[in-house]
Amino acid sequence: MTEPYDETSRRIRDVLAAHARLPIAVDKLSDDDDLFQAGMTSHASVNVMLALEDAFDVEFPEVMLRKSTFSSIGALRRALEELEAQAVSA
Amino acid sequence: MVEHPYGTGPVRVGVDVTSIAEVEAAVSSFGDRYVRRLFTDHEIETCSARDPHEGTAASLAARFAAKEAVLKVLEPSDSRPEWRDIEIVRHESGACRVRLHNRAASLADSRGVRALSVSLSHEAGIAVAVVAATCDPALDTTKTKGSEPRP
Repeated sequence: MTEPYDETSRRIRDVLAAHARLPIAVDKLSDDDDLFQAGMTSHASVNVMLALEDAFDVEFPEVMLRKSTFSSIGALRRALEELEAQAVSA
Repeated sequence: MVEHPYGTGPVRVGVDVTSIAEVEAAVSSFGDRYVRRLFTDHEIETCSARDPHEGTAASLAARFAAKEAVLKVLEPSDSRPEWRDIEIVRHESGACRVRLHNRAASLADSRGVRALSVSLSHEAGIAVAVVAATCDPALDTTKTKGSEPRP
């Protein structure tokens, strides 16, 4: 069963589908499912980080380089929204 | 008999495996951004100088695995150090050593890590690294609470 996605979640899911190397389809994951438990490796999370930086034109600072930032689609969305807000206010 | 300067302090071990194909794909997809985000100039140079039959990707994958293995030993409770702050230095003999910079170095100091040894290998599409650390027995942090795992 698919969930209706907002634009940001859809773009995150597209990146995960292309770079997370998950053994299951991304559309089977909820926003709260743990991506590492779903099969994303530490190296794949690097690819996801770089691809998200390209897709959203941001750069993850060192303070955001923690497992919790990349742990779920919801966590990624919150991190990206925070980065975009920082860019707007800068 | 050689007396260890840190007596019978705790030993920490970290291990990690990395798919060489994943590293090849990352280099193909992200090029220099990927390489320079994760690896120091020395690491890039030593990987590029390897036997072309072994491949640069295999060497990079082994170093990535080593960085992750070091991180498992350091157990950051907050955000992780930058990948480049954990450097794998290759000597002329072929032996590799761990050199820590910036936050990785201060994290190791706070954890009582006094010496790090690393061993790398790769075969059949997989790179692996093992890191062993001897720690100051006066700073045994194995009972430290609240460590957040890292990716």
